[in-house]
Order: sequence, then C-alpha cells, then structure tokens
Amino acid sequence: MNKRESLAPARPVTPAGSWIQALRGALVLMVLCGVLYPLVTVAIGALLFPDQSTGSLIERDGRVIGSALVGQPFSAPGYFQGRPSAAGYDPFALSGSNQAPSHPDLRERAAASSKAIAAANGVAPAAIPVDLIAASGSGIDPHISPEAAEIQIDRVSSARGLPRDAVAVLVATHLEGPVLGVLGQPRLNVLRLNLALDALGAQVTAR
Amino acid sequence: MKQARSRLRLVNAHTLARLAGESVRRLHPRWLARNPVMFVVGVGTLVTLWLTGADLLAGRPWGFDLAITLILLFTLLFANAAEALAEARGRAQAESLRSTREGLVARRIQGAGEEQVPATALRRGDRIRVLAGELIPADGEIVEGAASINESAVTGESAPVLREAGTDNSGVSAGTKLLTDSILVEVTAEVGQSMLDRMIALVESAKRQKTPNEIALTVLLSALTLVFLIVVATLVPFAAFVGGETSVPVLVALLVCLIPTTIGGLLPAIGIAGMDRAMRANLVAKSGRAVEVAGNIDTLLLDKTGTITHGDRQATDFLPLINLAPERLRTAALLASLADPTPEGKSIVALARSRGAVVEADPEARFLPFSARTRLSGIDQPDGRRLRKGAPDAIRRFVTENGGSYPDETTALVERVARGGATPLVVAEDDRVLGVVPLSDIIKSGIKERFQRLHAMGIRTVLITGDNPLTAAAIAAEAGVADYIAEATPEDKLEYIRREQAQGRLVAMMGDGTNDAPALAQADLGLAMNSGTQAAKEAGNMVDLDSDPTKLLEVVEIGKQLLVTRGALTTFSLANDVAKYFAILPAIFVASVPAMRTFDIMHLHSPATAVLAAVIFNALVIPALVPFALRGVRLRPASADVLLRRNLLIYGLGGLLLPFPAIKLIDLGLGLFL
Amino acid sequence: MNEVLLIYAVALLLAWPLGRYLAAIYSATPTALDRVFGPVEWLIYRAIGVHPLAPMTWKEYGKALLKLHLIIGLVALMILMQQGWLPLNPDGIEGMRWDLALHTTASFITNTNQQHYSGQAQISYFAHLFAIVSLQVITPAAGMAALVAILRTAFARRDETALTAEGAVSVGNFHADLVRAIVRVMLPVAFITALLLAWQGVPNTLEGARIATPLDASAGLAEQRIPVGPVAPMVAIKQVGTNGGGWYGPNSAVPLENPTPVSNFVETIAIVLIPMALVFMAGYLTGRRRLGVLVMGVMLSLSVLLTGINIWSENQPNAAFADLAAEGPNLEGKEVRFGATATALWGSFTTQTSNGSVNGMHDSFNPVGGASMLMDMFINATFGGVGVGLINFLLFLLLAVFLGSLMVGRSPELYGRALEAREIKLVCIALLLQPLLILGLTALAVAIPGLAGNSNPGFHGLSQVLYEYTSAFANNGSGFEGLGDNTVWWNLSCAVALILGRFIPILAPLAVAAHLAGKRVAPTTSGSLAVETPTFAVLTLGIIVMFALLSFFPVLALGPFAEYLSLAG
Repeated sequence: MNKRESLAPARPVTPAGSWIQALRGALVLMVLCGVLYPLVTVAIGALLFPDQSTGSLIERDGRVIGSALVGQPFSAPGYFQGRPSAAGYDPFALSGSNQAPSHPDLRERAAASSKAIAAANGVAPAAIPVDLIAASGSGIDPHISPEAAEIQIDRVSSARGLPRDAVAVLVATHLEGPVLGVLGQPRLNVLRLNLALDALGAQVTAR
Repeated sequence: MKQARSRLRLVNAHTLARLAGESVRRLHPRWLARNPVMFVVGVGTLVTLWLTGADLLAGRPWGFDLAITLILLFTLLFANAAEALAEARGRAQAESLRSTREGLVARRIQGAGEEQVPATALRRGDRIRVLAGELIPADGEIVEGAASINESAVTGESAPVLREAGTDNSGVSAGTKLLTDSILVEVTAEVGQSMLDRMIALVESAKRQKTPNEIALTVLLSALTLVFLIVVATLVPFAAFVGGETSVPVLVALLVCLIPTTIGGLLPAIGIAGMDRAMRANLVAKSGRAVEVAGNIDTLLLDKTGTITHGDRQATDFLPLINLAPERLRTAALLASLADPTPEGKSIVALARSRGAVVEADPEARFLPFSARTRLSGIDQPDGRRLRKGAPDAIRRFVTENGGSYPDETTALVERVARGGATPLVVAEDDRVLGVVPLSDIIKSGIKERFQRLHAMGIRTVLITGDNPLTAAAIAAEAGVADYIAEATPEDKLEYIRREQAQGRLVAMMGDGTNDAPALAQADLGLAMNSGTQAAKEAGNMVDLDSDPTKLLEVVEIGKQLLVTRGALTTFSLANDVAKYFAILPAIFVASVPAMRTFDIMHLHSPATAVLAAVIFNALVIPALVPFALRGVRLRPASADVLLRRNLLIYGLGGLLLPFPAIKLIDLGLGLFL
Repeated sequence: MNEVLLIYAVALLLAWPLGRYLAAIYSATPTALDRVFGPVEWLIYRAIGVHPLAPMTWKEYGKALLKLHLIIGLVALMILMQQGWLPLNPDGIEGMRWDLALHTTASFITNTNQQHYSGQAQISYFAHLFAIVSLQVITPAAGMAALVAILRTAFARRDETALTAEGAVSVGNFHADLVRAIVRVMLPVAFITALLLAWQGVPNTLEGARIATPLDASAGLAEQRIPVGPVAPMVAIKQVGTNGGGWYGPNSAVPLENPTPVSNFVETIAIVLIPMALVFMAGYLTGRRRLGVLVMGVMLSLSVLLTGINIWSENQPNAAFADLAAEGPNLEGKEVRFGATATALWGSFTTQTSNGSVNGMHDSFNPVGGASMLMDMFINATFGGVGVGLINFLLFLLLAVFLGSLMVGRSPELYGRALEAREIKLVCIALLLQPLLILGLTALAVAIPGLAGNSNPGFHGLSQVLYEYTSAFANNGSGFEGLGDNTVWWNLSCAVALILGRFIPILAPLAVAAHLAGKRVAPTTSGSLAVETPTFAVLTLGIIVMFALLSFFPVLALGPFAEYLSLAG
C-alpha cells in the first residue's frame, strides 16, 4: 500500500514525541470510544426500539405509574406484594441487603417477615416460598415466583371481595415461563399483576 | 579391574562424628545466609529458642517451645549434614586421586643439568625428566620419547598404555607410573591448578559456584519462601480479627513446614553429588555447568573406532570365485596371511582355522611380510606357487604382472563387499584370483541398545569415521546411529558441530588429538581424553581419565539425573505442604475457632502432637532423602512425556499423599508419650 | 442445568470463529474486512501521529502503553472531579471527592471497574460516557494488545523473531495492536451486544430520569424516579470488555440493566466470549493449535469445576432462613427472573474472567459459593480478563515448564527457548506480588481498628475485606458490597493494588517474552519436555491450583470455610 509509505516517519520517536503521541492517542480514542460509539448506539437503538429505550414506562390515565422493569412496594392487602427490598424500592438507592447467611440481622429480618407473611396469608412458615423473605439483589426486583403469588391469592381475593377463581385465573395468565423452556425462572411481574387486578376490580365494580 | 576406592560406604562411625561436627560448624549465620530457605529456618530456631528462655524465666510451661526449637535445630543440622556428607564423599573421591602425587619428587631440567625438586615447586612450562619405574610428578605433555605407562592410579585400569611425544597420545597425569624408557615432560599444570584441584573446588560448598539451573531454582524457592512468610505473618491479624489466638512457636513451626526445606536443604547436596557421580565415573569436569549441560545434549558426535566398533577389522567370510573349492581359498588365504601380524591378518588366520583349515607353513617357504607400501602379504611355497593376499588393486597388479587376468567376477565381488560396508581383500595364486575375503568392523556388543536408550531420550547420535561413505553408511545402519560423517577430517567435525548448533542443537563430542581442539572448544560439551594432547584437554570442558570413548553416554545420563533429582524433590517438597496445612491449621485454631475442628481429617492426638508431628516429619524427610539426593533419581530411558508422567505420579501425587500416614504415625507415637 | 450447558456451548461455539477472526486480524494476511476497517484505522494513526508498522522493543511497547494509560487516567480524573459543571448532567450530579475520583480512575484504567460509588447517583452522563465507557473500550483493547505482543514474541518460530532497526527484539507496534483491537473487535462486538440489550429493554437514551407515581400510595413511596440514560452501550462494553462496571449500583441485578432471561443469556455469554476467543486465537496465531487445545482444556476444567461448586452451593438453602420459609435455593440478593443457578453461573464467570459485573449480590452468597469465587480470582487465569487472563496463564505455564523440564532431565525450555534465572525472576515477581498485596493489605485493614469497614461481623467480615483486595488485585471489580468502602483508606489502598495488579503482570511477561525471543531455539526432540500433552496439562493445572491453595488456604479456612462450618454445625 502506498499510503503506508506516505505515513512512514523514518525518524525515531523522541521521548517528548512519545508523550505527544500518548496525548493525541488518548484524546482520539476517548472521543471515538466515549462519544462516537455510545452516541451512534443510542441513535440507532432509539430508532429501532423506541419504547424500551426510555425505561419501559407504564402509563395509566396519562400518568406514568412506573416501569415494567422496576418493582414497587405494595402494602395494601388487596395487592400482591413483591419481595423485601433493602432499598425501599427507590431506584436511586438501589441495593441488596448485602447480608451474608451468617449475619445476625438477616436471621432477625427474615424471622420478622416470615411471621408477618404467615399471619397475613394464613399459612405456615414452611409454606412460604423463599423469595418472599429473601431480599432481592437490586432492591427493585419486579417479579415474584408463582408459589409466592399462589399463597397470596386468598388474601387478595378476600380483601378485594373478588372470587378466588378470578384472581387465580389472573395469576395464571400473568405467569411467564422460562424463555424457550430453558432460560430463566417462572415468574410474575407484580406491578403488571396488580394493574390487571385493579382493572379487574374496576370491571367488577362497574358491573 | 576398577579399584576398590570407587565404593565408599555412605556413613561409618568415624565419618559420622566428623559429619556431626561439620553440621554444627555450618550453623554459622554467614553459612546459612547462602541458602535463603535454611536461613529462614535458622531465624525461626532463634525465635523459638528465645521464647523457650523467656517462658523458663517467667515460670510458664516451656516444654513445647523447647521441643519445637530442638526439632528445628535438627532440621538445620540434617540439611547441613546432607551437604557435608555429599562434600565429604566428593572430597574423598578427589583426595584419593590427589594423594598419589603427594611427596613426589621431580627431576627438573636446569640449564644443562638436572636438579631434584619437590613436585610442589614445579611451575607451568618446567621440563622434567622421568625414568622407568618412577611416578610422574605433574600433569604434562611428553616432549621427547615414548614410554608405556601404568595409569591405574588415575583410571583404575591396570593395563599399561603407550604415550609418545608428538602424537595425539602425549598427555601424562601426575601420579601415574612410567614402566619403560625415559621421557622428557613439559609441565602443563601447577600444583593447585590441575584439573583435579579444580574438580575438588566443584565439590566444596564454600567454593562451589552455583550452576545456572541451580540459580534459577534458588530464585523460585526464595520466592516461595517469601510467599509463605507473608502467609504466616498475615495469619496473626486474620486470626485476631475472627477472635482466634495464635502462638508464635506454632506459627514458626507452620512456616518451617511450609517453606520448601526438603529441596532447600538438599539442593547443595544434589549439586555436589552430581559432580561426585561424574568423578566416580572418572570424569573431571571443569565447571558444574559442564555436567548440567550434558543433560541437554541433543547431538552426540561419536568416533567410530573404540566407541562403536572394536577398532580392528576382522575377516568374516571367504568368498571363492565360481568353480573354486572353498577349501582352496581358505588354505591359500591362511598361508598368505601368516606373514601378516596386523589384526586383520591374524583374524584371517583365525577364521580359516575355525572353518577347518589345518595346513601349516612349509619350513622351506619364503614369507613376504605385509607392508603398508605393497599393501599385500604372501608366501612363496617351495613348490614355486606364490600365494598373495592384499588390497584389490595390489592383487590386480600382481596377477597381471604374472601374465594372468583379473576377471570381472572379482571386480563384482569386491564391489558387493564394499557396498556392504566391509573391506574386501583379494587372494590370488600366481596368475589366478581365488576369491575375496571381506573384513568388517565388529560392532561392540550392547552398543545398539545403548543408542536406543539415547534415541528414546531424544538424543541424535552421529558416527565419525575415516571410512569411505559406503562403509560408514553400513556401519551406521548396523549400529543404529542417526547420521554419519565419512572420511572425516577435523575440519569436517568443526563444520558439522557449527551446523548443528546453528539449528539450535547442543552438541557433545569426544576427542584426543591436537587437531580435535577447535571442535572440542566449539562443542557445547567437549570431552577430552586424558591420554590426549594438552591442547585437546584445554579445549574441552571435561576430561575423561579412562580415555574411554563410550563415556559420553554416561556423561549425558549423569547430567540428566542431576536435573531430574532437583525437579523431583522440588515437586515432592511442595506437594507435602497440603498435608502439613491439614495437620497444623486445625491445631492452631481448634481452641478459639471450634469450627476448624472439621479440618483435622487425620484425627490427630492433640494440637501439640499435631504440630510436633508435622515438624518432625518435615525434619526427618531430609535425612530420609539423603541417599536419594546423593545417588540421584533412577533414570530410565524413556521419552520426556513418559518420564514426566512417572515422576509426576511418584513425586507429585506421592508427595501429596505420603505425609498423611507419616504424620499420623508420628502423632500416634507422640501420643504414647505425651 | 440446561441453561448452564447451553450457555457454555453457545459461548464456545461463538468464541471459536471469533478466535479465528482475531488471529486473522493480528496476522499479516489481509482480510476482506480491511476495506471497511482499514481507512478508519489509517485516519486514527494519522490523528495520533504514529506509524503502525514501526517495530518496538518491549520497553518501548511497555512505555507507550503506560504513557497512554497515564494520560487517559489524568483526563478521567479531571472529568470525575469536575463533572458538576460539565455538560450532559441532567440529574445535577456533583463532582467526586478526590480520593473517590482517584480510586475510580485507577479502577477504570486497569480494566477493573471496582466501584466505590453508585453509578446512577454519582456519575453524570458525560462522565459516564467520556471517562467511563471510553476506558471500558480502551483498557481491554490494551490488554489484548499486550497479549498479542507476548504471543507473537515468545512463541515465534525459529527465524521468525522480528527485530528493530537496531537489531533488538521487536514485540510489535503498540498503537497498531491497540487500534486494531478497538476498531475491529471491541466496538463492533459491543455495538451488536448493545442493540440486543436495547431490544430487551435496557434504557438507551440521553434523556433524564422520569418520575412515576407508584400504584399503592399506602406503601410509603410517594414518587419513584426511574433512572435511565445511555445504559445499553455501557452495559454492552462492560460485559464484552471484562470491565464489569455497571450503570446502576447493583449492576446487572438491576432489571433496567438486565431486564430479562434473554438479556441475561446475552450478557452471560458476553462475559466469557472474548476471553474464550483469545484462547482460540492463541492457537491459530502462534500456529500451535495443540497449545490452544491445552490451554482451553485446563481453563475449561477449572471453570467447570469451580462453577459446579458455586452452583451447588447456591442451590443450598440460606442458613438464615432455616424454619422460616420453605426449603429452596439461596435467593437472598438474587433476582427471581434468574434464579440461583443462573446467578451462580454468572458469579463464577464474572470472577473467572476478571469481569466483575454481577447479577446478584455476592456478599449474600452461601460461604462455599463465596469461596469458589475467591478461588476464581486467586487463579485469575480461567479465561481471565481480556488479554491479561491468558498472560497470567502463561506465567503458570512458564512455572510448569520450569518444573516439568527439570523432572525430565532437561534445562527448562519453552518451545526450545531456555528459561533461565532472569526469566524465572520476572515470573516470580509477578506471582509474588499477589499474596503480598492481597494478604498484606487485608492484614493491615483488619489489624488497624477502624479501617476494615466490614458490615458483617466474624468470619464473613474477614471474607468481605479479603474479597475487596482480591478483586482489586485481580482487576475484577466485583465486591462483597456490604463493605463500607468509600473511605480514604479503602480508596487509596485499593488504588495501589489495582495499579500494581494490572501493570506488573503485563510488563513482566512482556519482558520475559522479549528475552525468550532473543535466545537460541533448540529443536524439539522426544527428550525435550512436550508442552502439548495431557500430562503437561495436568502439571499446569496442578501448579495453578497448588499455588492458589498454598497461598490462600489459611485465609480461606478462617473466612468462608469457618463461616460455612459454623453455619453447618
């Protein structure tokens, strides 16, 4: 290639020259990798996937209720409840409990949630699925296991005055299985389930 | 017969006492500092000793501390003893060589006359006269005369050898005995600088220079020692953090167990023992490096004569021309060879007799003795028949001069024999060719197997011969060597070595003549024969006192053994650490961290016995492996992969497993007393 | 379990062709893609003012690498401290404190991405892109460049060693190796990965956080701000370049960073893809396929073994929940959509490759799982970080060659080139540094009151401190995040471990390679140590495991194992 020849500096690089090379290299590469790469990706991604790009937001009645990817705290008995969160479901304070199995506070916290869940749902502690007393990693896990939904059906239906079967059907339709039968665990998105529950409640009330 | 000195007993009462003294003497810090691993043990011993004293003064229990101190002390002593023992054996070997020359008196040429001086006063370049029956007082080179010499003091071989000025066999060694004649010798090495003196330096720890691989291994062992220092030192805050307690003597014990004391303690002994083994084989190395290099040799240049063949060609058959009775050829060949005193001639006579020829020479007959000029020998019978035996062209001239013809059949036969690698001799009667006698070099028995061993170890063997290419190829094929240099001149050898080296190979060769010197110097391992010229001995980096051409093969094995022993013991030493962890760690923490009890998989008697058992094992391994270090790992000929697999299994896996039962056993023993 | 097998299989199947591609990039043979990438590269060479074919000695190569990192580091440091008034800061984030900025810089110029901050709350978009993402592309490329330089030098065949004009051994041209890695590998692979992630729901925008009103007002959270940003390109390069530093604090556990099992699949494979591909590349590039097979075999065995232990461990119940819930795997700190197995697999991959991203909280792993991940980082050569993992492996390989050669009675040689005291010294320095820094700094932190900042008492507290330094030295970046690590001590001591742990293990082997290349090459015979055999693979494996165990068994025993035993007993 002739271009190579034209580029070839036959003279050796001086120490000062090598610093200048480093400086130019740093700036050129930082612009390429830190500006061009992400901006091109954002531009093309936003074009291809406009909904996902801004955080998979869910709106109801024109108001942003939340994100399908961000769990929310629920305490009313008429809502399905998500997992314990060390961050209080605040996405700017994201955190897991970071407590080891040997941490004394973990046992204490778990005992309290176990007791509360057992009482609220009328089940024995041995029947509580472990995801309901184990804090999530992110602090905003939007999902619970099917078993965790199962033990809450009675409580939710009675609190809402809905037939148990109707709630059970809702749970069943919101169940997401492993992708292709292999990837991931069976789960339910709590926010979507509760939104559906509200919609179902509204239908029932309307009737 | 080899002399009895080559078998020294490992230990006897006298040497034991000297060894003990020597081991204690070597506790001096300056001595220990040369070996980083053992230096750490030394510091550890001082620490526990100090703690023992402190406990004693404060009225605390001190037995355990003292026990640790003593075991560590013995660890040091064992390592010192191993080194001292190897050194003592090497020195004894060298001294027995040197003792022969002590008190020798020389007849130094001084101007026109001679003067009697002690051998120690001789300087390089002095000329001395030695008479029959005297011992030669110094290493040197014959400048005048020829004599037969008994070299048994140096080589252990009692058959006299011929040494002659101006030939490739002009070197003489101090301590050997002149049997005949009188010679004038030029001294080539002063007392204290002879090869033997240099060899002694190689087996004396204080003077010994470490070989390159030994240095690299020491670097690795030092790094590992540092790693374990860090591991043990940081254990204190870690333990404190989780509420555990540590005691200094136990930590010192752990440290000593972890650092590679086994190989660290035996490393000098292994190196010295390698030199010693070389000496036992009557090899004098000029540096430790030379022995180490021997293990890496890729190509061996071997002189045909003496190494591969017996050196004299012998008759192997009688090939009569068609229409001739075999007996007639046999008888003629026998009679024509009677006047040929060379080994070739003798072998024809012997072969003919063994094939049933019974004739005797007529007393009236006239013999024509063999000469190099006529290249034939013969006999003129009283009845007028003239029998001749000789080189084909000499016989052709003889036959045609007698008016006969030299038939094509003969030419074909001669060519066939030559192609087979043998030397053809033709037998004729007057104007008529009778047949051909092939002379062949007889390959030494067992040499082929030896080459197979070398090939298995990946070493190329190259035959050097003055023979023509046909003969050389045939012998090469028969002996199983990889390559040959035919009609070799010293320049060819040098050229061949350079070519091999350019391809990255390490080359070893043996030589004796002055014209071999450049090649010996060029070779990575140049083994000079002691009988050779001074130039050859100076060019090489090893001298073989036996002047035995097969010695190269032994050198290679000694070099390999040296490396294998180091590698095997390093692996063994490191693999041992696993068991020691399992013995000591639970013992340290069992009181303060009860969970650690689970790691006590050996179920040792008590924490104290567990620690002691591990340290005792660590100490005892050193003397237990001393014979192994001195003799070297047994080296079986096999490819590197097979060797690696075997050594990994024995020293890696073995080193991993062995300490468990051993520590358990020591612990059981301690449990009886404590 | 099928998920695990599928991920291993797909990763290997993708890494193989990628490895061939990498080898093609770094061999002189022109490829069809030259037409696409060539002009871009020439533009960059011209902008930097370098000639890509100019040979460099190992010292020049090393200096060019260090100088570039120093300047990038200074620029990043300034940006992090001054981000408050710099553009692209929609959430109004302040500049960093000096020590945190210093640690963050050290962490990102070393391809570590250990974070003593929480990204979504403490770094502006501008800083994220210009100071973080750019380093996440450049640093793994530099690691790859160093690896290529070492491979082409140490394993060159006879007469193939390149020389400089002065006749010294040339290891190649740093700028050319670096730019090729960035333009032809890092950016394209990251770009594809980013689009896959954006498709799965990872935010990909320059807009600021959106405010949502949660459904159940009675639960006490009046408004929820949903942090977004150009997350997808960062997450992609964080995975692809064994970086690990995520946009959000809890990294890929956060559903915004790793929304679905499919994104998890993509991200898990992205962790190991290039490290695995480099092993394939090594085989093709050096022309020693069997060496590639050996390295792959040893690494894969270690990976499967340690991953297996971790998966087993995380499928055991969390001891704290005994009798409080139904028996199930340890889900504390894990996300329901992934479950224990996929989280353990990720944990193992991320520690094996010195990536450091997480999709669950390592601090809450069961003790044996935690120990397996510590072991991954002690070894740090099971695929390892981009480039450097294989370089670390070569250090162990050299040790194995040394011991193995002695055991077969040869002076140590690597493919016919003698390993002597000088090379062994360099190898030992690189290896010695690990226990010195990890154990030494851990000892200091736990010995001096007030430094440790561990959130868990007892054995696990020790594990937390140990993990942090191990992660720093291994340039991993993951953590037992309960640790209160944003202090001056932690920031500075980790910065030391980060920088030494990065550059010494690159420069020492580079020097060794150059020394080796200058030596006579002995032909291989049946008597020389055969490196490409199962026996030698076992020896190498043994040395790797032994070195890690002998150095760290006591601290593992006092940390995670004691914790495990006290929970079990």
